[in-house]
Amino acid sequence: MTEHTETGGPPSPEDPTATSATQSAETTAPPVTIDLAREYEEAGIAEVLDSLDRDLVGLEPVKRRVREIAALLLVERVRERMGLSAGAPSLHMCFTGNPGTGKTTVAMRMAEILHRLGYCRKGHVVAVTRDDLVGQYIGHTAPKTKDVLKRAMGGVLFIDEAYYLHRSENEKDYGQEAIEILLQVMENQRDDLVVILAGYEDRMNQFFESNPGMASRIAHHVSFPDYTADELFEIAEKMLGEWNYRFDPEAVAAFREYLEVRRNRPHFANARSVRNALDRIRLRQALRLFEERGSELTAADLQTIRETEVRASRLFETDDETAEGGSTP
Amino acid sequence: MRITQGAFSFLPDLTDDEIRAQLEYCLDNKWAVAIEYTDDPHPRNTFWEMWGAPMFDLHDAAGIMGELKECRAEHGTEYIRVNAFDSTFGVETIVLSFIVNRPAAEPGFRIDRTETAGRTQRYSIVSYAVDRQPTGERYDA
Repeated sequence: MTEHTETGGPPSPEDPTATSATQSAETTAPPVTIDLAREYEEAGIAEVLDSLDRDLVGLEPVKRRVREIAALLLVERVRERMGLSAGAPSLHMCFTGNPGTGKTTVAMRMAEILHRLGYCRKGHVVAVTRDDLVGQYIGHTAPKTKDVLKRAMGGVLFIDEAYYLHRSENEKDYGQEAIEILLQVMENQRDDLVVILAGYEDRMNQFFESNPGMASRIAHHVSFPDYTADELFEIAEKMLGEWNYRFDPEAVAAFREYLEVRRNRPHFANARSVRNALDRIRLRQALRLFEERGSELTAADLQTIRETEVRASRLFETDDETAEGGSTP
Repeated sequence: MRITQGAFSFLPDLTDDEIRAQLEYCLDNKWAVAIEYTDDPHPRNTFWEMWGAPMFDLHDAAGIMGELKECRAEHGTEYIRVNAFDSTFGVETIVLSFIVNRPAAEPGFRIDRTETAGRTQRYSIVSYAVDRQPTGERYDA
């Protein structure tokens, strides 16, 4: 049967592979001048970028990078409308950084930006890890990976801990098959799917060294720095604000101390660790209120977190490394 | 003669863009899409062979078009159709079914007349393609 090439309906920003000839044939002549400010407004990405600035604490290099990529894509879109297309840009990205630094969150915002600029048809994010792509027996991997890819089409596929896909020590591992399918789709269906890999920086570098094909398909590498203690405190304040709690002044000092110590302990997961710590503190506060029950409580009483709740953490009890090695304080 | 089974069957063959538009409509309605093929065009043959499992939870038609391409690569000389299944409570049926691929030549049907008791005639439809060749050889390109 005849296979018709995609020309799309309205002369669309949705089709990055349309040639200028096709576009001119479909529409009026390409515009002579373009107002970039107006294009920026119409694309609607300003609010996404602003909400990224507002909602995410710190991460200055990441925010800068996201703005750069957004500017590049906007200009690329505009150039295409004028008939100066440079071909479909490669959009695949790699986010490196420690856990809890906001990689998944930024990936979702990136999907939103790509969707508003017309590079992603639907703009949803499918977040997977190795187990969602690799099968347990022969013949299992290909359908599994293809199913995930089908679900992700039109949006962004976010692969967390991507280096686990390749387990070179184990010959019975089927990760290589998943990688090969991914590589093929990343190259041949660039306008259908954007892939974002994520993981630790050194292990991702190792992964790229053993998979040069993957490295060559990644256009943007974004590094997520760890949060500073001040940024972590700001994150904590934000979380508490959302949950309608607040620290009293002594608790503020105690929690800052807690963060300084916790940051250098093993298994620190940045924002996630902060959230876990706050959950434990809320538990202790609830326990204190319950044990002191009998008097009338005001809203302020229910909201305030005192120093005792923070200091009760095992982190402050002992400096013994073995006590810390196991469970989290 | 072109068999007229399923939706759009009185229209000329759908182009890939039109198929994609229909698939997007199905996905917008949150229907699951499945691909089936057969080489027996009898109108009472409702159980066509399945090509893979029904595809739930898709957001975009690109995945389905890829499956369709693979099905055409293997069964391009046979009939291929797309079914859309609505899983909402109380419906739970196929709500859209249309043919997306046909053999180049469709020889059509004849009527078989069988005489039964009292000179009563029983009629049945027989496909020439099914009659002449066993399955797999009916529509060589």
